[in-house]
Amino acid sequence: MATTERATPDVHEPSLTERRAPARRDGRLARNLGTIGMVWQREMIRFIRMPSRIVSGLAQPILFLFVLGAGIKPLVEGRAAGGVDYQEFIFPGVIAMSVLFSSLFSAISIVWDREFGFLREMLVAPVSRTSLVLGKAVGSGTVAVMQGLVLLIAAPIVGVSLGPLEFVEMFGLLLLLAFALNAFGIVIASRMQRMESFQMVMSLVINPMLFLSGAIFPTRGLPTWLAVATRLNPATYGVDPIRRVILGDDASPLTYGDWVVPIWLEVLIVLALGTVMLSIAVRSFSKTE
Amino acid sequence: MIHPMPPSNGAAVEVDGLVKRFGEFTAVDGISFSVEPGELFGFLGPNGAGKTTTISILCTLLHLTEGNAHVAGYDVARDPTGVRAAIGLVFQEITLDNYLTGAENLRFHGVLYGLPRSEVKARMPPLLDMVGLTDWAKHQVRFYSGGMQRRLEIARGLLHTPRVLFLDEPTIGLDPQTRVHIWDYVDELRARESTTMFLTTHYMDEAERCDRIAIIDQGRIVAIDSPRALKASVGADTVTVSTADDAKARTEIAHGLSVEGELADDGLRLRVEDGEAFVPRLFDHLTVGVHSINVRRPSLDDVFIKYTGRDMRDAEASMSQQMSSNAMVRAFRKT
Repeated sequence: MATTERATPDVHEPSLTERRAPARRDGRLARNLGTIGMVWQREMIRFIRMPSRIVSGLAQPILFLFVLGAGIKPLVEGRAAGGVDYQEFIFPGVIAMSVLFSSLFSAISIVWDREFGFLREMLVAPVSRTSLVLGKAVGSGTVAVMQGLVLLIAAPIVGVSLGPLEFVEMFGLLLLLAFALNAFGIVIASRMQRMESFQMVMSLVINPMLFLSGAIFPTRGLPTWLAVATRLNPATYGVDPIRRVILGDDASPLTYGDWVVPIWLEVLIVLALGTVMLSIAVRSFSKTE
Repeated sequence: MIHPMPPSNGAAVEVDGLVKRFGEFTAVDGISFSVEPGELFGFLGPNGAGKTTTISILCTLLHLTEGNAHVAGYDVARDPTGVRAAIGLVFQEITLDNYLTGAENLRFHGVLYGLPRSEVKARMPPLLDMVGLTDWAKHQVRFYSGGMQRRLEIARGLLHTPRVLFLDEPTIGLDPQTRVHIWDYVDELRARESTTMFLTTHYMDEAERCDRIAIIDQGRIVAIDSPRALKASVGADTVTVSTADDAKARTEIAHGLSVEGELADDGLRLRVEDGEAFVPRLFDHLTVGVHSINVRRPSLDDVFIKYTGRDMRDAEASMSQQMSSNAMVRAFRKT
């Protein structure tokens, strides 16, 4: 980690006595990087040690992919855009959905930390709140991307194939989406009091974000109000590029009227929103009291 | 992060005219006190008296409204980071991460406090040994008992060699045996590291161990002194004599020793300066048969009742825990 190793005086005297903690001379940057690394590592350890979380994180996407996907497939046979069937169509959406759920859940676990005290341990430590927030966003972002990538195992079953280039592109897009959603989740969490409010967030924020994101149905040919709603939903700009990378540009890309929104613009939108959310998150964490 | 040496006025904690208001409500109403380096300082008071608020301010979790407070020489308002680096905290509620092992909790704490890895490595074994958790270091904390978690918290609070260790009801809800263990560690620690300790407790025997005690009630400090002096301020010992004829005994003592007794259910109650020395003299003047004698020194409970009008043990653990976590939530919500 980023703390610099220094020769400690009095090594012949290993007891607890006398030696006060040495003046902390490590650079501020090194300290902050160390903290970010620590919070990240903590997220990783917790992810690995809670297999139930991995399983339950996979349950819903798998349900959507194999039950909903297989069930609706015959209904829309031959009508799906770009020559893909419904199960193929929903596959990128399901990966994005997994990232969406995982990101928001783990960001909101700050509330859990608050109830169980570890947050207090971090808040009374002589570190910047910014590095705590960044560590949290990077850490649960990584967890979310891993959750999403696990679903790639299902790609051959659904009939989707990915080249190495598409994989790298998708990895980057998932990372971006996870980062933005985490920042958003932390903002929600910093305004949330108890774990019970989670149910409300779930039905008022997470589910609408999912349904309006184009993950489950194409964003084209919708009633006007629905078309507008999907285009106002930030998650749409995270889901669409992932689908276009996996299925190609013909698979019902996002449009404004007849104009196909370019991927770079979508990426820019998500990046901008993520950055704004992150700075709000940092600010809401930085003030004591 | 370089912190200049703190201005050395010597005191470990220096509080001057501290006021904290929440809107209209004044939680802390102009308190002043100081704690000497190496002192075990008890901070007692009924629930809602301002204890937790004061501690939260000293630990930089809350802003003060008026006045000054220095911890380890650092101004809590101007240099919160300096304060944070110099203090250790053991709160009444557990603040460990359950899914990390004991060793990981300590290691992460080391990172948060900017300790070099080599130093964490060097300090961890003796600390774990001291709290009797060496064999458990590689187990996740969720498998620990309550007492073990508390001991790990104490070890963690000491990892960065704080100059002032805040112990907020450190043994609340623990069984008597574990409490004894923890106090053994704390005593050992004071002997070895001469760490200043700032303690809140509802247990009389723990308050009894303090070098000095401050009693806070309704946001004001109502008494501050050594336990001995505080008890002396309450007054005399109580000698209770149960005899074959208490009324007759009362007359005999009134004549022979000029002490006016008071008849109570359990016998004749006498208030005297030195109860133990008084008992032999009692026998010189009594002709009635004595069934039992009981000498009672004033306790800190009596002190507490005198200054706050409440019993020290009235304060329920669950209640105080609730309040503290509410304060925390409040503190956090406004972050």
